[in-house]
Amino acid sequence: MLSRNSFLALTMLALAGCANVPLRGTGDLGVVIERATGSVEVVETSGRSVLGHIAGLGDLSHASVNYSRDGRYAFVFGRDGGLTKVDLLGMRIVKRVMQSGNSIGGAISQDGKLVAVANYTPGGVKVFDSATLDLVADIPAIDAAGQPSKVVGLVDAPGNRFVWSLFNGGEIWVGDLKNPAHPALQKFTHIGKEPYDAMITADGRYYLAGLFGEDGLALLDLWHPEAGVKRVLNHYGKGEQKLPVFKMPHMEGWAATGNELLVPAVGRHEVLVIDQNTWQEVAHIPVHGQPVFVVARPDDRQVWVNFAFPDNDTVQVIDVPSRKIVKTLKPGKGVLHLEFTPRGESVWISARDENRLTVYDSETYAVQAVLPADNPSGIFFTHRANRTGL
Amino acid sequence: MWLALGSLFFSAGAACADPATPDTARRNELIRMVRNDCGSCHGMRLTGGLGLPLTPESLRGKPDSGLVASILYGRPGTPMPPWQAFLSEAEAAWIVENLKQGFPDVKPQ
Repeated sequence: MLSRNSFLALTMLALAGCANVPLRGTGDLGVVIERATGSVEVVETSGRSVLGHIAGLGDLSHASVNYSRDGRYAFVFGRDGGLTKVDLLGMRIVKRVMQSGNSIGGAISQDGKLVAVANYTPGGVKVFDSATLDLVADIPAIDAAGQPSKVVGLVDAPGNRFVWSLFNGGEIWVGDLKNPAHPALQKFTHIGKEPYDAMITADGRYYLAGLFGEDGLALLDLWHPEAGVKRVLNHYGKGEQKLPVFKMPHMEGWAATGNELLVPAVGRHEVLVIDQNTWQEVAHIPVHGQPVFVVARPDDRQVWVNFAFPDNDTVQVIDVPSRKIVKTLKPGKGVLHLEFTPRGESVWISARDENRLTVYDSETYAVQAVLPADNPSGIFFTHRANRTGL
Repeated sequence: MWLALGSLFFSAGAACADPATPDTARRNELIRMVRNDCGSCHGMRLTGGLGLPLTPESLRGKPDSGLVASILYGRPGTPMPPWQAFLSEAEAAWIVENLKQGFPDVKPQ
């Protein structure tokens, strides 16, 4: 039994321990995928520093991240089908499940309780309890012709729904997970050939899938699903020879600026400007290479673009009102991703072959920091926790 | 300078021994390219993604010439692009040979 004195000493020790680990929030934290080593680097954007590394996340050669709504936990989706829940404050893996053979990304539900993963092998969507990573729903992607399909473009939508596309089958499915034990599915067939990725507008209304096998995009208005999927921009570039595509564009970063969407043109050195009222192309902006990520600064005044191989050493800045390129930067070889700080004063850019992150002032383009990272790819800050579609 | 010349002679010598074999520096570039750029569709571990797996098991029995042609000229009707602007036929053949044996890893820098 403890004497009163030793109890007091223990209490003091415990208090001293607490004093050494100051409380902190997570709003200025983020993770950077280190693709070759299967680790993530935890960073903070206030002092622009690296806080630590967490290893053991498997094959992260294609990886994406969603956050718990408290911004403390990152759900990391790896190429090898691994889903890993990482604690940014505890700097550790909380849980890891191998949920398929090959996956492409995921989404977290509106209520934060469900994490869904899009899989290639076997194709389908698996849904997990975000607290425990227990499987709560398994939805195979068998298309109308009875064939299995790879799933791409999985996003969350209001009403605890998820929306995804079938790459091989050319379908868009909406899954209502209000009752996770009995997902209610709505399927849209013949939406276009080879949807390769998709996005949802920030208000959660429009789901847009980019098509690889043909020109244009497939558009679903989630306020009016009864109207079906419409094809938009399907006359774009008709009869023109496309360039070979050395890296699939991503759509998560598609920039929505007021009434316009800026999207990468597949197989062209262009960014397309689409009027969101008419869904017509109103302009195309010539750029340095084939765009991969087209990301709006949070104030929508600028859009930053990176490019596919072999132009992946460059980032360009488009001034949205004038649709002119106002800056061309060379952050290094293998630029794979860029992420703005929550209010957009800085942008972080990863250069895989240089093993570094460069932080730029988004107004002056001055370099604010250069940080080490091992083969960095995706950069994901915690403000994504509270944004639909991220 | 002498060092550079030396390595030039060395690679010239290696090239003479077997004209189809890329030199060490180029091989390292090819390894990086396959792991990273091919890897963006086929996976850095080449286990597949939007593109097919390129592991020795999955390529077993497929003729080298067809695989070399796929690399150089792409596969029409699929997202596989032609890489001939970046690779010679000998380099594509070297990649195929190594994919079938189990592709080497990028050397740590």
